[in-house]
Order: sequence, then C-alpha cells, then structure tokens
Amino acid sequence: MIRKISPRTINDDFRRKVKEISGQDIQQCFQCGTCSASCPMGRMLDLLPRKLMSLLQFGQSDAIAAANTAWVCASCHTCMVRCPRGIDITKVMEAIRQLTLRQNINRINPSEIPAEEVNDMPQIAMVSGFRKLTS
Amino acid sequence: MSIAYYPGCTLKTKGKNLEKSALAAMEVLGIDVEELPRWNCCGAVYSLADDDLIHVVAPVRDLVRVAERGQDTVITLCSMCYNTLARANDLMKNDEEKRKTINDFMDEEPDYSGEVRVVHLLDYLRDEYGWDKLKEKLKSPLNGMKVAPYYGCTLLRPKEVALDHPDRPVLMHEFLETLGADVVDFPNAMECCGSYQVLGNPDAAVEVSHEILSGAAEKGAEALALTCPLCDFNLGKRQDIILEKYEGASEVPIYYFTQLLAVALGVAPEECHFELNRDSAAQLLKDKNIISAVPA
Ligand code: SF4
Ligand code: SF4
Repeated sequence: MIRKISPRTINDDFRRKVKEISGQDIQQCFQCGTCSASCPMGRMLDLLPRKLMSLLQFGQSDAIAAANTAWVCASCHTCMVRCPRGIDITKVMEAIRQLTLRQNINRINPSEIPAEEVNDMPQIAMVSGFRKLTS
Repeated sequence: MSIAYYPGCTLKTKGKNLEKSALAAMEVLGIDVEELPRWNCCGAVYSLADDDLIHVVAPVRDLVRVAERGQDTVITLCSMCYNTLARANDLMKNDEEKRKTINDFMDEEPDYSGEVRVVHLLDYLRDEYGWDKLKEKLKSPLNGMKVAPYYGCTLLRPKEVALDHPDRPVLMHEFLETLGADVVDFPNAMECCGSYQVLGNPDAAVEVSHEILSGAAEKGAEALALTCPLCDFNLGKRQDIILEKYEGASEVPIYYFTQLLAVALGVAPEECHFELNRDSAAQLLKDKNIISAVPA
C-alpha cells in the first residue's frame, strides 16, 4: 500500500508521547528487521515490529492504532535484546498500549473471563494480563 | 544467617508444587531459607513505561522488607517474581533520580538503594552451592530420562537481570545434567509461551505453546523442565487444548525444575505435589524407576 507522508499526515503528538513514555529514540531504528525475525508472535501480528517502527518514525498513528501488534505482543523482550541499535522495542509496545489504556479503554473485560478459567489460572497470569490489557 | 525467601502469590496456591518441592529440596541441601514474614505481590510484570513509577513501589517494598531484617540476599523461585524484583532492584541501584522519587514517595519506609541481592534458586545453585556439591547429594539421579530445559523469557531477558546468556544459555542444561538427566537441546528453549496473552489472545498463546512442545518432542524430549507458573499454565495445564487442536501433537509431561531436584535428592513424591501436574509427570518418573510409586 502506498502511504502519503506529509506534514498533515504525521501525528507528531503521538510520536512525541511514545518517545516520552518509552524513553526510546525511535529515529535510531535503521530498519534491519531483526526484531520482526525474532518475534514469537510474528505470524499473528498485523504489523511486524520493524514495520511498526517505520510507521512510528513517520507518526502514522492511525495505522498503528488499527493494528493488533501492541496487543498481541507478549512483552517477551526478544526483539529488545537483539536490536542492533539498542532500542527497547518492548517499551515502545508498552507506550502504544498505554496511550490507549490511559483513555480508560480496556482491551479485555475482566468480568467476561469464565469463572472456571479464573479458578484454574495462576495469579501471575491475571495480574500481568490486567496490567497489560486493562486501564 | 538465613537467606530471605520471597514466594510470591502463585506459589501459595496454583504453584504449590513449585514451592513445596523447592523447600523440601533446600532442606535436604542445607540451604537455610526463611520466608519473609511480610511480603506483597510484586506486580508480576515490571513497569515498562518510563513515567509509571507507581508500579515499581510494590517490588521495592518487598526489597525494603528484606533489608530491614538485616538480610542481604533474597531468593526467588517463580521466574516472573525474580524478574520483577531484580529489575526494580536494578533501578533503585542505578537510577538516582527515580530512586529519589520512589524513596520520597514511600516516606514511611527507610530509604532503599538496591543493597539487597535478588537471586533465583537456579543461579544460587550454580554460583553459591555449586554443581559438584549438589551432585554428591543425589539419591535417585534422573538416569535415562530425556529432559528438555525450557527457560522462557524472564530468567534471560533483559540483559541487566539475565541469569545467563540471553541467546545461548546453559544454566538449566547444567542443572539437569547435574541431576543425571539426558539433556535435550531444542531451538525453542528461550521462546515465549505466550505469557499473559492467555487472557488477551488465548489462541495465539496456544499456537506458540504448541510450537515449544512440538519442538522439544521432535528432538526426542520425554519431558520439559521449567521455572515459571505461567509457562506451566500455558504448556502444562492447557496442553489438553493443544492436544485436541493439533493433529500429531503428543503428550509432554511438564515439571518444575524443583520437582526434579527434589525427587533426585530422594524427597518423597508426596511432598512434590504431582497432583498439580499433568498425570503423565508422576507416571514418567515411575516408569523410569526414579520414584517407586505414583502418589495417590
Ligand atoms: S531490530 Fe532495531 S533497528 Fe532493526 S528494525 Fe527492529 S527496531 Fe529497527
Ligand atoms: S516483546 Fe513483543 S514485539 Fe518484541 S519480540 Fe516479544 S512479542 Fe514480539
């Protein structure tokens, strides 16, 4: 898909906030694709991490918001330990999630989890799931 | 002086088989640990947002509890707790500005600056106890048992808290080798089980967990050893879903590393709470003559 990049389509506010929350210099990414090749969730992602980083560099917040990437990311930190530019992509994913969650938008609804699953699930599954996917 | 022991929430209920087997094994080994009389949930995941310090408060409070008892080391068993406590400790040690903010916020607590050492039982065994000494204590080594070490994410990443090389770890290999097992190397040993996505995208967690199990089985593993109750949930408790969904998927018994340690040290299987594992776990140990009977 051809994407028109112009000052009008660059959401600089979004880009600035992601940088601020993640503490990462996203412009350092040189698009090598190591992160995409390393991601265990890769097959399930609308946008692989490299592509997401590219869109982020151009402030393409709509495309990033429409993708499931940050919500399927399991924070495994594999991309982060391998990025040759030292970018903590896991923190970038967190920042993208936070920008939604901080508007009081939940990705999952805890009350919809079936009771028998709650009974089975280890506490760390619920605590981490709620931390990552609810506001 | 005894070492402080931080259990974390899951080990008191769903992960009782991890805690009980570890405590029994440490007793045999003469590792003197004492559970912190007061502790709180570590938060399970370390805060990854630079402006979110409030979620660092919980793990730091646990570290303050250790320091105020005059203890210099805290030992963990759950790898998510290990990671969260170790990262919070790292922040308090190395980030002056954030340390000050957190200490000011917790003005009822003594100031803390990362004095406590956070260890996991695995690196404690390697670095302090020693494999040779451990080997001497074995009563029923895991001879003839083909076990794949599964590291998962949180023991190895990020680098600041990694117990071993993030891409070429040998820690669990060495551990299992010491116990007498035939260690099965497999390419998915450091891959994520899907973690908390069991809540958000359960199908995705099932898919990546299936890859881990089949990767181990393809290399000839008869079982998988792991350290994390969330990995155990995705790979063990939910294995029935995998077996149903994927043709050709085969049953893989899952153990906590401490259960294998305990049985190898001659601890009674009842103390390892195999009833919380898949049935195949106790059965395989019995088939290999490592335990004499499957506990009722
Ligand atoms: S590994 Fe790092 S530099 Fe390479 S594409 Fe990913 S974020 Fe960019
Ligand atoms: S941290 Fe997220 S994006 Fe990075 S490799 Fe893991 S699942 Fe993929």
